[in-house]
Amino acid sequence: MTELKEELKGKIIEVLNLEDVASTDIQDDDALFGEGLGLDSIDALELIVLMDKDYGIKLSDPKNGKAIFESITTMASYISQNRTK
Amino acid sequence: MFYIEKSCAIQHQQVLVDGQLVTHEPDLEFSEFVKKSFRSLAIDYPKFYKMDGLSKLAFLTAEYLLKGSASGNVALVLANQSGSMDSDLKHIRSIQDPDNFFPSPATFVYTLANICAGEISIRHGLKTENVFFVDQQFPTELVYTYTSYLLQSNRAQKVLCGWVEYFQDNYRAILYLVGREGTQVHSVGNIELLF
Repeated sequence: MTELKEELKGKIIEVLNLEDVASTDIQDDDALFGEGLGLDSIDALELIVLMDKDYGIKLSDPKNGKAIFESITTMASYISQNRTK
Repeated sequence: MFYIEKSCAIQHQQVLVDGQLVTHEPDLEFSEFVKKSFRSLAIDYPKFYKMDGLSKLAFLTAEYLLKGSASGNVALVLANQSGSMDSDLKHIRSIQDPDNFFPSPATFVYTLANICAGEISIRHGLKTENVFFVDQQFPTELVYTYTSYLLQSNRAQKVLCGWVEYFQDNYRAILYLVGREGTQVHSVGNIELLF
């Protein structure tokens, strides 16, 4: 799980163009949206694409997104349980 | 009578404000050049890094003209030659392979040329008239006439006008701010001198 969390931090920084943010700046339980990393709605869509492209997970119900994308920990947990690649 | 109060040109790895050289980075490609120029302005605005090339160019050029001013009622009259073609092509490339079909939402939102006007408006809190023309070259007389109308009719206190062209790392931005104070009269001849 630790390896997956670090992988996710790197991918998020790259995909979302988080300039001046390093993996070490993101704590596992930091909020990704709002007060945390300050991601926006377009970033949320990019994360949905990332889940599909890299882990074969299609999020069909947007209502689940809020809980899944709460933090690196929640993302990693969901991916490890549902990944198809 | 109206005046060209200020101008900014960004091209050939140079930033010129009112004709005075502010930055020259001859060894930097566009992405590094605009990033360095942006950082030199010491603005806390992370969204800049997520913009496409056209919006970065427009945002940065406008920043030199509007930063620190009470910009409230500034209309935007912009033009370029390639529209949003650079982002359009990036988006098309991402949807050509049915087996690898992953369009990027962050790219897709920039597949309209006037999004760059939106980025300027968001940054400076503008809720004003704006228009974006796509033409082979800067339509000087059209922009002059429309700008004069906006000011004469009090639809805007000032108008940010100009050319902002970006396609595959070739870029040229020449923006100028037209208002009610200054020494350089707003005229077709004086606009042409900026280009």
